[in-house]
Amino acid sequence: MGTIINITKRELNGYFSTPVAYVFIVIFLLMAGLFTFYMGAFYERGQADLSAFFDWHPWLYLFLIPAISMRLWAEERRNGTIELLMTLPVSVGQTVIGKFLAAWIFTGIALILTFPMWITVNYLGDPDNGVILTSYLGSLLMAGGYLSIGSCISSLTKNQVIAFVVSIAVCFLFTVSGLPIVLNFFSSWTPQALLDTIASFSFVSNFTDLTRGVIDIRNIIYFLSLIIGALSLNILSINSRKGI
Amino acid sequence: MSVLIEVNQLTKSFGPFKAVDDITFKLNRGEVLGFLGPNGAGKTTTMRMITGFLPATSGSIKVCGNSVHKEPIAVKEKIGYVPEGAPLYGEMTVISFLKFISSIRKIKKEYIEKSINNAIDKLGLEKVLYQQIETLSKGYKRRVGLAQAILHDPDVLILDEPTDGLDPNQKHEVRKLITEMSKSKAIIISTHILEEVDAVCSRAMIIANGKLIVDKTPQALLDTGTNNETLDDVFRTLTIGKK
Repeated sequence: MGTIINITKRELNGYFSTPVAYVFIVIFLLMAGLFTFYMGAFYERGQADLSAFFDWHPWLYLFLIPAISMRLWAEERRNGTIELLMTLPVSVGQTVIGKFLAAWIFTGIALILTFPMWITVNYLGDPDNGVILTSYLGSLLMAGGYLSIGSCISSLTKNQVIAFVVSIAVCFLFTVSGLPIVLNFFSSWTPQALLDTIASFSFVSNFTDLTRGVIDIRNIIYFLSLIIGALSLNILSINSRKGI
Repeated sequence: MSVLIEVNQLTKSFGPFKAVDDITFKLNRGEVLGFLGPNGAGKTTTMRMITGFLPATSGSIKVCGNSVHKEPIAVKEKIGYVPEGAPLYGEMTVISFLKFISSIRKIKKEYIEKSINNAIDKLGLEKVLYQQIETLSKGYKRRVGLAQAILHDPDVLILDEPTDGLDPNQKHEVRKLITEMSKSKAIIISTHILEEVDAVCSRAMIIANGKLIVDKTPQALLDTGTNNETLDDVFRTLTIGKK
């Protein structure tokens, strides 16, 4: 456990000792605001809730999270520091978890910094703060899902651009799998059970459930098992080809 | 004398290519072993297997009695390693990097400061402690790489081309450091510089095409040549078969 914390601390400090952290946080906040107020028509809706804000999170994460996760392992491979790291007395699992946690905490920090939204909506009206809390929880879980996929893909290459593009493509599939655009394509020729399975893999539908203010254990299990699955593949990929 | 490294019939294949072919040797405490060989001979691959970075295709390695394959963490605790090119986390400062390594190495809190100061002192890093590693010169980077390897006072030191990129004075310093530490440790260094073998090694191995072809003291190696031959000449004769 101590080892994981040490790795997480180092990684997290790494974000803030380069401009990466600040650029990311500023862009994230700007885009979140832009989506909420212009595309989500926050004021025009005339409702005291944050759904105009949270509805855009899957799409925001789709592009911004791979930008964080792409460097997690690809950079270690490119710089050769993976050799330094893997010859220290740590297990592959500890490093994978440590790095993932750092990235997750970092996105958590960016997410917490959206608190002016919450203040705004409480100032303007009388929102259901319980719903807002479960929405934040859902958003954090969803960010973890995107990150774990990105981390796994980053471990397959030493090229960060490839990691970025492929992560977006895979995350896109997970994002849209519950939307009509995908389901309509399958609905004419696949049985309902399979259709439901495809839909249940969707980030959007699992996240939307949580933004309704209901903490359904199934949604939480979905995201956690996705994270565990992706990180397990991550460990396998590091173990199978450390030196290349 | 205690045997710290035991390598037995070690082989590594990358597809059909045998990078390391049936290498066997033992190394005792107090010995400094120089790996010599042309580029691509298998020196780095051998070191990577001893440090547990790459798995062996066949054969076994024991470090301080622990099997690299079965007890990788226990082995890694006992080794200090400078990989080829001394890769480092460039965005960290020297001091935060050394602190990170000490924490991962589980050096006890009360010894951390002492061991870091010792490494800083031995490698002359006082001036650059608060600089980002990526802004340092090649020589300093190499010395930071060495500093992280000796922090935990390991029994076994494995240094892949430790003096590469250093100026003659720095080379001299590093060789002095290796000689100082040699009494209490088993050290393997790889190098292209043959005079280095003469200067610091008590044993020299020449590896070519993955095979171990010579395992002698530097003096004995020199004696295999005719009268006026230097180590360079002996090396060329042994690795490419001509003068």
